[in-house]
Amino acid sequence: MSLLEVHELSKVYGEGAAATPAISELTFAVEEREFVCVIGPSGCGKTTLLRCVAGLLAPTAGSVVLRGKRVARPPDEMALVFQEYNRSLFPWMTARQNVAFPLRRKRLGKQGAARAETALDEVGLGRFVDHYPWQLSGGMQQRVAIARALAYQPSVLLMDEPFASVDAQTRADLEDLILQLRQRFGVTVVFVTHDIDEAVYLGDRIVVLTRAPGRIRETVLVGLPEPRDQIETKALAEFTRLRTHVNRVIKQEAARQPASPDAQGS
Amino acid sequence: MRRVTAAAIELAMALALLAVWWIWSAGSDSFYFPPLPDILATFGDTWVFARAGSDVVPSLARLTAGFSIAVVIGIGGGILLGGSRTARGAVGPIVEFLRAIPPPALIPAGIVALGIGDVMKVFIIAMACIWPILLNAIDGVAGVETTLVETARSYGIRRRDRLRFVILPAALPQIFAGMRISLSVAIIVMVVSEMVASSNGIGFFILQSQRSFAIAEMWSGILLLGLLGYALNRGLTRIERRMLHWHRATRSSALART
Ligand SMILES: Nc1ncnc2c1ncn2[C@@H]1O[C@H](COP(=O)(O)OP(=O)(O)OP(=O)(O)O)[C@@H](O)[C@H]1O
Ligand SMILES: [Mg+2]
Repeated sequence: MSLLEVHELSKVYGEGAAATPAISELTFAVEEREFVCVIGPSGCGKTTLLRCVAGLLAPTAGSVVLRGKRVARPPDEMALVFQEYNRSLFPWMTARQNVAFPLRRKRLGKQGAARAETALDEVGLGRFVDHYPWQLSGGMQQRVAIARALAYQPSVLLMDEPFASVDAQTRADLEDLILQLRQRFGVTVVFVTHDIDEAVYLGDRIVVLTRAPGRIRETVLVGLPEPRDQIETKALAEFTRLRTHVNRVIKQEAARQPASPDAQGS
Repeated sequence: MRRVTAAAIELAMALALLAVWWIWSAGSDSFYFPPLPDILATFGDTWVFARAGSDVVPSLARLTAGFSIAVVIGIGGGILLGGSRTARGAVGPIVEFLRAIPPPALIPAGIVALGIGDVMKVFIIAMACIWPILLNAIDGVAGVETTLVETARSYGIRRRDRLRFVILPAALPQIFAGMRISLSVAIIVMVVSEMVASSNGIGFFILQSQRSFAIAEMWSGILLLGLLGYALNRGLTRIERRMLHWHRATRSSALART
């Protein structure tokens, strides 16, 4: 049994004439400590998939199973970093309060605030703990949202394009931070991204989705050696081969007639 | 610096207005419009502090009680109703109907049901103040950014804590907008209820003075109401600024960016 199983998951928004199928019969499994990247064209249902997995959205059909138990509402051991990070920070809370807020249920007391500060330090915001979200740039807000997920210490971390608005250097640092965390705490990660390099660099496995409504187009195993390194890993011939392969799959997918009925899963 | 200038201009405007009134009424021998110095002298004799305890305190007590009840019910109801579209749909027309009744019209019914005591006045003030707060609270709660609520939900924050730490603060700017409207309504209804049925209070004093041809006293009461209303509004704005510093800042930084 896998840690996380997504079984024939479908979601249709709306009803009747206005019905929009977002994802369609997605099936895949994620093993403990695995890093799975999900990649696919805009609007193919990646966010929808994560929201279903997180227990925030009820699927139209199919199921999400975590440790053998069906997910019907947000499980305690999961954290989700939203794509709209700027709308997921509480504007009336400072960075520290935002990060510490989910910890109140864990009854850590003073330790909670300390953990919040450590997490903010790790994402490079140690000097901004008392700033409000509106005093931070977009990329900094995004890092607060990431710090919040890290401080929560989930066993499953769901991330929806978390590095979309940070600069290249910060992005590389954050990628390595997530990889380190997995090393240290054995976190399982499901990571949505648009960036092929990022997916290959981070993932143990890449799930490529079709155009809307999203189905699985192909699953690519990434056998790159651990630990990964921004320079060494990206210089490997295997890295180039993988990114070319994923790139080709995505190109083919983009060229495909929209809404063709015989989309293949694998 | 800019704030000091603004405050100075504000003060200068007020003084200028007083000066105009002073000059205009200076030689007045009209019985109904006594000279301003007479009114001010009467104001001092009457309110500092001869009738402060007998009229101002009861008025303010009624106002505070009625307004507070309205705040509690308005916010509570707003959170209950704002969270559910079905509830909003069901209760909406009733709220709109009750809100449409001019509050002073309820005074006769209030007297019949509750007598002419403080309970009736507090009830009428509360009835009048609830609607703006309730409607704004409903709007505020209904309009809370869903991503915020989902964030809290995904981190396992319980419903109660979500209401208290997420939905309430998010709706607070709207709730304050409602409270500002209600505060001015509260003062109006307080005065009217004291004029119709009372044996003390500022409204009672003004009407009583007019009936006994104590015109300077009447004007001093009107002046006092103006000052009280102004002070209460300032107080509420202060509280709002303190509690919503994050919100004002959001707005001003959004403006700065565009
Ligand atoms: N709340 C909603 N109501 C109706 N339709 C929705 C809703 N959310 C998403 N959709 C639709 O579902 C489809 C998938 O949306 P989703 O946000 O999951 O895509 P995505 O893969 O995350 O896109 P992006 O890469 O641009 O973030 C889209 O066609 C979108 O229009
Ligand atoms: Mg998305």
